[in-house]
Amino acid sequence: MKGTLKRLARVFVGYGIKILSLLLAVSVISFTLVSASPVDPVQQYILGLGTAVSPEQRAEIESYWGVHEPPAERYLTWLSQVLRGNLGESAIFRRPVADIIGERFVNSLALMLCAWVLAGITGFALGCVMGMYQGRLPDRLLKKACYVLSSVPTFWLGLVFLLVFSVWLKWFPIGFSSPVGVLSREVTLWQKLHHLALPAFTLSFLSFANIALHTRQKLVDVLNSEYVLFAKARGEGPFTILRRHGLRNILLPALTLQFASFAELFGGSVLAENVFSYPGLGSAVSAAGLQGDVPLLLGITLFSALFVCAGNLIANLLYGAVDPQIREVGK
Amino acid sequence: MKQANRRTKLVVLTAAMVLVLAVIYACGILIPEEAAAGSFLNAKLPPSLRHPFGTDALGRDLFLRTLKGLSVSMTIGLAASAISAVIAVLVGAASAAGSRGVDAVLNWLIDLVMGVPHTILILLISFALGRGLNGLLAGIAATHWCSLARLIRGEVLQLRSQQYVAVSRRLGKSSGWIMLYHLLPHLAPQFVVGLVLMFPHAILHEASISFLGFGLPPEQPAIGIILAESMRYLSAGMWWMAVLPGLTLVSIVLLVDKAGEHLKTLLDPYSAQE
Repeated sequence: MKGTLKRLARVFVGYGIKILSLLLAVSVISFTLVSASPVDPVQQYILGLGTAVSPEQRAEIESYWGVHEPPAERYLTWLSQVLRGNLGESAIFRRPVADIIGERFVNSLALMLCAWVLAGITGFALGCVMGMYQGRLPDRLLKKACYVLSSVPTFWLGLVFLLVFSVWLKWFPIGFSSPVGVLSREVTLWQKLHHLALPAFTLSFLSFANIALHTRQKLVDVLNSEYVLFAKARGEGPFTILRRHGLRNILLPALTLQFASFAELFGGSVLAENVFSYPGLGSAVSAAGLQGDVPLLLGITLFSALFVCAGNLIANLLYGAVDPQIREVGK
Repeated sequence: MKQANRRTKLVVLTAAMVLVLAVIYACGILIPEEAAAGSFLNAKLPPSLRHPFGTDALGRDLFLRTLKGLSVSMTIGLAASAISAVIAVLVGAASAAGSRGVDAVLNWLIDLVMGVPHTILILLISFALGRGLNGLLAGIAATHWCSLARLIRGEVLQLRSQQYVAVSRRLGKSSGWIMLYHLLPHLAPQFVVGLVLMFPHAILHEASISFLGFGLPPEQPAIGIILAESMRYLSAGMWWMAVLPGLTLVSIVLLVDKAGEHLKTLLDPYSAQE
């Protein structure tokens, strides 16, 4: 017991150091990239003010922002503020970046969570079907469909869904996370879900082909094993075999894969949110990039790295906890 | 006539696919700019025999525009995946052949690039280089090498433990000689296949980033730009603007992917004899 605790502590410290070093590197790289940009953040800030600014005022803003300090010094100032929780003020929203990220992340999380769960369940179920019908018609059809789907860009799929379900069938609204012209506290849960459905559906198409093909492969391996042959000889039906031998072997690897796919999920949500004008982090980041809002861009980049790291950490821990082979090596 | 064997069939099929891609590429390059420039008289026309993909809001023929856009995308995709594949080979080989420290640093680097969502990283790089072609190219090249680098690292590690490599070393061959005569012949097919399979991803990312407005300038014919424009006319019922260019993009991606799979079967020593 004591040994287990010690090992867990070591694993956590190891991951902690790794994640911290990665985040630090992400902050250095993104800061360097943003500094190298020809887009002048001061100019963008002044444009955002909407009023004329005299050269003296401009010089004041520049010295307040530390434009003339060396980049390394600017980076350290920025980093020390970030560590205290101050991510700066967004030039387009005129509000602290941390607030915007917090508010928009709730929207994005709802979207990504729905898509993630949906993709996981459909992908896993389809993978099971493909594995059980290995080599026969349903398997071949679904496999083709999965390969095609993994080549379809998310944003185009979103456009097509928008066209079919919103414009032609009028089942879903065209965009945004709530009806236009309704006060935010009067929006019902049903309305929110109604607006969420199509983006989440689109986003789920991004990853379910991947998980389905992975599950299929694992199930095929299990079903071709000798213990399944023996189970068949004992007279177990296909569904009993799936339940007793299949699911136990394939469920957790699939879950691990799902947790490891946070990066694609986040990247896909940028596109899906832009297509559906959904007010989440993804639409904020592209707006920030297009309008030269440096603090927001940096904040969201760091946040997305944190998000992906969290997913990878969970995936690694799950992997270690679940797979006896890896658990043994860990000892 | 004697029945051709499976390998020959596969070679012919792959060659045909490459030919189709080359023809599309050549069409896109050869079509003059003026041909795609339309007049307002025939704006917003649905697909017809004269305009197979219809026309857009400025009266430009979408079929020609799509073809031109595809050739631009293919150029960017090819260049970006070539750079990316070279990085992958260098990183993979260095991390397998170098000391443990080098290996750890390079693995950490891969984790770093994988740790930021690719879309965000490409946005940042494109932002740093002032948007446009260079930013797009650098962004896509910088994000796509990771999985291939891991693959190549594994391959080199496996090759280095082979007996014939050990024998060469005992015979006094230098590590450069071993690299050239034992490792490179195995890595070259991996490189080619990796490059071809990276190509569709690169095209898709190019389209996505252009769609978001970070890639090519709006006057350039590119699939992402056409699709971004089509968003504005979606509710007006101009379905052809969104559906047909996207469908073309998907079919090109599928074609390249299939050709890459075939190439893999042909070049991979484990499956080449089947």
